[in-house]
Amino acid sequence: VTAHAPDLLQLRLVFVTGKGGVGKTTVAAALSSLAAEHGKRVLMCEVDAKGDLAALFESHTADFTPREVAPNIWSMSMDTEASLREYLKLHLRIPVVGRIGPLAKAFDFVATAAPGVREILTVGKFCWEVRERHYDLVVVDAPASGHIIGQLAAPQAINDLVKVGLIRGQTDWMLDILSDPAQTGLLAVTTPEEMPVSETLELVTRVKEETTVTMSGVVVNRVLPELFGRGEEEIFEQLRQPELVEVLSQRAGGDVTPVLEAARLATTMRRTRSTHLQRLQAGLPKGMPVLLLPYLFTRTHGMRTTRQVAQSLAEELGL
Amino acid sequence: VTTAGRRRTDGAPQTVSQLLSAKEIAIACGPGGVGKTTTAASIAAMAAAEHGGRVLVLTVDPAKRLADALGLKGIGNDEVRIADDVFKEAGVTPRGELWAAMLDTKQSWDDLIALHAPDATTRQQILDNPLYQNISGRFVQSHDYIAMERLYEIHAEGKYDLIVVDTPPTRNALDFLDAPQRMADFFSSRLLRWLIVPYRSRLVNVATKPFYQIADRILGTQFLADISEFFILFQSMYEGFVTRAEAVTRLLSDRRTTFMVVSTLEATPVREAEFFSAELTQRKLHLGAVVLNKVMPPYLRDSRSTKLAQSLLDRADELAEGLSDDPVVAGRVLAEVGESFLNFGIVARREAEQQAELRDAPDILVTVPFFDADIYDMGGLLQLGAQVWE
Repeated sequence: VTAHAPDLLQLRLVFVTGKGGVGKTTVAAALSSLAAEHGKRVLMCEVDAKGDLAALFESHTADFTPREVAPNIWSMSMDTEASLREYLKLHLRIPVVGRIGPLAKAFDFVATAAPGVREILTVGKFCWEVRERHYDLVVVDAPASGHIIGQLAAPQAINDLVKVGLIRGQTDWMLDILSDPAQTGLLAVTTPEEMPVSETLELVTRVKEETTVTMSGVVVNRVLPELFGRGEEEIFEQLRQPELVEVLSQRAGGDVTPVLEAARLATTMRRTRSTHLQRLQAGLPKGMPVLLLPYLFTRTHGMRTTRQVAQSLAEELGL
Repeated sequence: VTTAGRRRTDGAPQTVSQLLSAKEIAIACGPGGVGKTTTAASIAAMAAAEHGGRVLVLTVDPAKRLADALGLKGIGNDEVRIADDVFKEAGVTPRGELWAAMLDTKQSWDDLIALHAPDATTRQQILDNPLYQNISGRFVQSHDYIAMERLYEIHAEGKYDLIVVDTPPTRNALDFLDAPQRMADFFSSRLLRWLIVPYRSRLVNVATKPFYQIADRILGTQFLADISEFFILFQSMYEGFVTRAEAVTRLLSDRRTTFMVVSTLEATPVREAEFFSAELTQRKLHLGAVVLNKVMPPYLRDSRSTKLAQSLLDRADELAEGLSDDPVVAGRVLAEVGESFLNFGIVARREAEQQAELRDAPDILVTVPFFDADIYDMGGLLQLGAQVWE
């Protein structure tokens, strides 16, 4: 744990990303929960609307209008069309009521034709919430690693493509917020497995090269506990000798081979994973905070998981 | 479809091996991070080894490890053959040939433009257009389309008996299915003509004027002009694109194509896999198999072993007596072993519950156990493949 880590809760906008299936949504929920516990008003937003984020607070699927799902936590789901409508109303004073059909079509067209439009309406909404100070912290359950770059780079890309017009004016202040390490950060979630680690290392490089956003750290999720302490593994190997297994089975009242086999599987899994963890730590830039979250041997998902992960996160952040 | 209806006995394939012996294209799809690429490669390796013929694995993932496992320095847009020696090192003499290629989005787009462009000047103008460079390089949805387009192109060349392809990690798992249709709709859109016309004739009619006023205010006139220039260039290729996109769509629903949904038994991937399976069925696409990766071994759920694990934890010191020179450590080890079993047992039961919920599973549902080591060579690929195969 480095000294930078607690700064995470001082940020105004945190993007949480990671390869699919590593627990990025859970970490976003846990971070929101932790920030709320520390008195922050938190807006958490899901970009790939699957309804998982709100579900981690035992709430129904969120929509574009934020809803309080827990004390001090509001949940919303990104909808670029709704974002466009809000944008038109707020900035151009064009109220779009009713005629949503043609607008949606036109929007879909422009968004497909002009790369970055969809992305900028997403990122723009977050930046706007930060600028207006409606919340203390905006936590984004961002798209998987591959897509986050496009989203974070969109304001710059639009800035390069569009020379005049309203959008051009808008991207300037967005870039100010996104580029400020005191306000905006990116948290990459991974597991200590081969592909997620490789992708995370690649992501860190690309974030630096292609965007103006600062990495806040890497969260390593599902770290397996060390099964045996010093000298214990040797004893374990001795106990696995056939004649001892037989004695043990007789005493315990049944064949203990599967139980011992499970422990062997657990130790090899742990060993494979720790090499990937080491590879991650060796590949990250010096000083990048790495937060380790334990593998959860729990029954379900939901609020219970969110609480447990938030607890571990707090410990890692020294809170 | 009822369960009874699905369990046919009329010779429907019961294994992945049987399934693929009658197919030309197998598309591995499903949520991200579940081992799609590796699964696709291992299936292709098995097909080359067991069925023979020419088998291609077309990947969208620039996985260095996969290249290593296949004995390649790297995988590029062009197909390369995997040396027989790579199989022989794994103790296998393949009956057929295994080939591999990786999708290079930018290169594939450029090739496509070259194919459809009416002349060299138009081609160059498109390649130089900043919007085109953005679309082909960065634009997320363009990956979905080009992956299917490239699959079509390779299949049409008729060089392979079987093509196994893994799908791009889409934001929405279905994007790549819709991509060809969307591309066709896009180029035949009336809005496209709306947008292009005024910059050609400078004649804006009353109906479309408000649209331009808004668009101008938001995007700026120059950008709109850039867009329309791009589409005027693209219009010359309209016919070719639409025809091609339709052909790609047809190929996906062809009898010779099958989809294999890959997932793990974590809650989120399972939900996505379920959604995906339902969508495939609804679109009348052939869902051939569901492959569940990294599944905890079933012995972890055994109630007898669970009881024994509990005994090890509760009576550790008593059970350890005389088993080792250091009875204190031995007792601690037994307690840890027991506890570890119980912990992983919870995970295994959680997974079993998830699997039971996969209601719309096809005839072929394969579970692949958790491998304790990573797959880094052909031996590993074939070991994984063998689990999926029969």
